[in-house]
Amino acid sequence: MTESRPVAPGLFTWPAAEPRLIASHCADCGAVSFPAAADCAGCGSRNAAERLLPDHGTLWTFTTQNFRPPSPPYTGQDTAETFQPYTVGYVQLADEILVESRLTEPDPEKLAIGRAMRLVVVPFGEDPDGTEVVTFAFAPLETAEEV
Amino acid sequence: MEAAIIGVGLHPFGRFPGKSAMDMGVDAVRLALADAGLTWAQIQAGFIGSLEVANPDAIVGRLGLTGIPVYGVFNGCATAGTAIGAAARAIETGEHDIVIAIGMDKHPRGAFAADPSVAGLPSWYGETGLFLTTHFFGMKINRYMHDHGISHRTLAEVAAKNFGNASQNDKAWRRTPLSVEEILASPVLNYPLRQYMYCGPDEGAAAVVLCRSDWARRFNAAPVRVRASVLRSRRFGAFEVQQPSIPVGEHVESPTVDAARAACELAGIGPEDIDVAQLQDTDAGSEIIHMAENGLCKDGEQERLIAEGATRIGGRLPVNTDGGLLGNGEPIGASGLRQIHELVLQLRDQAGARQVPGAPKVGYAHLYGAPGVSAVTILST
Repeated sequence: MTESRPVAPGLFTWPAAEPRLIASHCADCGAVSFPAAADCAGCGSRNAAERLLPDHGTLWTFTTQNFRPPSPPYTGQDTAETFQPYTVGYVQLADEILVESRLTEPDPEKLAIGRAMRLVVVPFGEDPDGTEVVTFAFAPLETAEEV
Repeated sequence: MEAAIIGVGLHPFGRFPGKSAMDMGVDAVRLALADAGLTWAQIQAGFIGSLEVANPDAIVGRLGLTGIPVYGVFNGCATAGTAIGAAARAIETGEHDIVIAIGMDKHPRGAFAADPSVAGLPSWYGETGLFLTTHFFGMKINRYMHDHGISHRTLAEVAAKNFGNASQNDKAWRRTPLSVEEILASPVLNYPLRQYMYCGPDEGAAAVVLCRSDWARRFNAAPVRVRASVLRSRRFGAFEVQQPSIPVGEHVESPTVDAARAACELAGIGPEDIDVAQLQDTDAGSEIIHMAENGLCKDGEQERLIAEGATRIGGRLPVNTDGGLLGNGEPIGASGLRQIHELVLQLRDQAGARQVPGAPKVGYAHLYGAPGVSAVTILST
């Protein structure tokens, strides 16, 4: 089995059969932040605990990225020639938080606001030593899964 | 003591190979001074904004080293709102009698590229292709169209109007009119936004001279009053640019709404009194959303208003009469002072082919940008 590492530590549980995004929950004002934040964006408190977010939600909005993002900071291993458009969106998890994420479905016509989505971990790149780099994304739930 | 605008100067926006941002800033200052009938030696303080020039206050080396305070200011796309606001405040507090606000920039071609750390964001956000402000614009208008029944055609109508207005403006960048059909045929960059629905970063400069209102007629027969200038940052829970997550809960208004309300209250002027408006149109969708966020219409009314031509020159509420950001591009430090320049021309009845009929009396300027900051300035005759 090839070794893999998350694109950044502390972003999601990994390795895991059912990975979850790692957020923070402010003990003072109750705000939930992703990624986990040392300073609460709601009140500035540093009194936060880790909280795992639900791995299912609904698509709140989305857009496409039809040209290769400026690099740096983008580190995708594609080139301007091999670049494939991708989609990003905000997924609402419970009544708690909208998380911005890449989506696995590249065709905007196949996405719709309100669509059920689930968290997945997907390949993003490779370290010089061959370690696979993985990141999080949301995938539309297949109709069968939604039932 | 209220501040009044007595001089405006604008270096054209576009591409000027071999000419530095500072060169353009100097030209804009000299135009503004000439418009006011002043010399640099009479300026008591300056407020200058730029993204690309690290020490914009070095401009004094080109204008005269008179020892005055020149404050460098920066708030992203709202930078010029900060410059004009701080300049007006320096007069309102009585600290100075005559001041200048300056903006200048010279951006490389293409989408803005920066490390996420400049905005306090983690590296992975940039590495994985999420750190693009254009995603926010696409996602915000996509949701807005879903909630309020705005059509793709209306997006194109806004862009066509602004390029049409720019074609009447010899200082604008994109002066070729485009039809709604041509705009709808351009490639999608960030669904639902297409290439010809976006402004681009470019180059340019602008300057505005202000003085205490009781002195204004010494310098200018038609001074323009600064009725309010307000800056607001995002509140927790608002749907804003460059946010890896946003809490769900009670609806929180954008900083545009907050700045607009505060400015109208300060000025004692309601949205119904506004005769001409310049709104941040980073993209066609932004102009539509900002019409409602600034209180100029209700959510969803834009579909009918734009179809009726209400926002065209000659309509009930002309918006972005000089072509806006779509027609002029966005040299960040200067963009908002370009809006003020246009409003001053309109209120003086000097806007030529772009003149709003009926002698407009109240002008409104709005800026919005990363990381969720908005500036609103209200001017009147």
